[in-house]
Amino acid sequence: MDPLLWLLEPLRHDFMVRALLVSALVAGVCGLLSCFMTLKGWALMGDAVSHAVMPGVVIAYALNLPFALGAFVFGVGSVAAIGYIKQMTRIKEDTVIGLVFTGFFALGLTLVSKVRSTFDLTHILFGNVLGISGEDIRQTVLISLLVLLVLLLFRRDLILFCFDPTHARSIGVNTGFLHYLLLSALSLAAVAGLQTVGIILVVAMLVTPGATAYLLTDRFDRMTWIAIGSAILSSVLGIYWSYWMDASTAGCIVLVQTGLFLLSFLFAPRHGLLAQQRR
Amino acid sequence: MATHPDLAPNAERIRVSHLCVSYHGVVALHEVSLRVNAGSICGLVGTNGAGKSTLFKALMGFVRPSQGEISINGLPLRQALRRQAVAYVPQMESVDWNFPIHVANVVMMGRYGGMNLLRIPGRDDHRAVRESLERVELWPLRHRQIGELSGGQRKRAFLARALAQGASVLLLDEPFAGVDIRTERLMIELFQQFRAEGRSLLISTHDLSHVTGFCDEVVLINKTVLAYGDTSEVFTEENLARTFGGSPAQLLTSPGLEPRPEPGSEPWRSEP
Repeated sequence: MDPLLWLLEPLRHDFMVRALLVSALVAGVCGLLSCFMTLKGWALMGDAVSHAVMPGVVIAYALNLPFALGAFVFGVGSVAAIGYIKQMTRIKEDTVIGLVFTGFFALGLTLVSKVRSTFDLTHILFGNVLGISGEDIRQTVLISLLVLLVLLLFRRDLILFCFDPTHARSIGVNTGFLHYLLLSALSLAAVAGLQTVGIILVVAMLVTPGATAYLLTDRFDRMTWIAIGSAILSSVLGIYWSYWMDASTAGCIVLVQTGLFLLSFLFAPRHGLLAQQRR
Repeated sequence: MATHPDLAPNAERIRVSHLCVSYHGVVALHEVSLRVNAGSICGLVGTNGAGKSTLFKALMGFVRPSQGEISINGLPLRQALRRQAVAYVPQMESVDWNFPIHVANVVMMGRYGGMNLLRIPGRDDHRAVRESLERVELWPLRHRQIGELSGGQRKRAFLARALAQGASVLLLDEPFAGVDIRTERLMIELFQQFRAEGRSLLISTHDLSHVTGFCDEVVLINKTVLAYGDTSEVFTEENLARTFGGSPAQLLTSPGLEPRPEPGSEPWRSEP
């Protein structure tokens, strides 16, 4: 097929243009956040939070509130629950995380089945970026810009917080605030991300670009640019691919992301598999 | 290097009086009192779980004492911390050496406490970083990712961060763990320079051979201060036996070996 046609034909549809723009924005923001997630070792936390926001989204829809609000409450709430149970019992953290997020997710699932008439379960589980409504676009864009602003403003503090929280605290940086700031950003990014790829796969948006970039560079600045770039590229290519193959959009986006990670895993100049074997 | 206001001669760097700390009802420190003078290197010696790290945490304001007071440079702890008076030099094992950050940025983090909220470094900050890196002879390596440094260079990078912070009190957590002889000499040389500038160093260690070598004062600690004063006076067989249990003569002749406390002699092990 003519590559120009491949590129331009989908753009005749308004829904494709909207989908491309929204997911590029969301992917970029999630890509930036994924750098912090990777370095802080919060991948599992990202998985937990992204599942735990579900009941919040459902309740918000049912009550006609902004879904970001519900997601935020349940996202931060799940982390608080994880922290509390861990502190009060002798159960190990990964067990507590597994326990809490499935509980929240199950609550969401049950709620959805009761309010199904206004709500499509598959959209929240697997994303629905091609059919995203005007109101959802507005909220998603707002959330993304808010997260972006927070990450940019507190960039240096967050790097310090990821790298050496003890030092941060000892020089008077409020690490408790940063902890919750990053968690809030995570909850909000998760709810933005689930618009494009759904709850099940949103953790890929929050982890994979950061991991890909981490293998390619030893500089934080470059890492963020690579992560953002690879995330945006993945979402755009993924949407095109899903259009022409008539396949799941979420699946395609995440597959491209995973593909980029594999390339980086194999061919990264210093930390890739081949480079390591040559050494 | 520009003299930090807090480095002006001052008889007393650290004063801890009647400090008690407990975690969830378990006593970690009881009635700890000590004084570290300006320009002094003080060894903090005790077994694992004896409360060394709790004392460090208290000196950084991380734990709320149930009783007692800490003052630094004659100021209440909070105020001194706000003036960036206390720097903590972490154990090397606790650092993520794969972190994508280069040497100059690590040292710049020493300046964050004095910066505005966006942490945008000014001319003074850049100068302090440069001077600190030059002091520890890492300026040419400033653009290296931290994991690319050798063991000794890594230690020096973190000492440079404490210098850039302008701290008058340095808390060093097991600084000689896993260090070769050459690096150790270099570090001791730096410590002695810091001392000459009026800084005070509190060095936690369980390795007695270092303490006798260059510490001016020693604090022997096991939940409370067992003995404290000039190294020569404190280092008696009797005191060491009280600190570690077992045979102290053996401990002194086999430097580098971690003293093994008798079973059951560490009821405070559960300290977080």
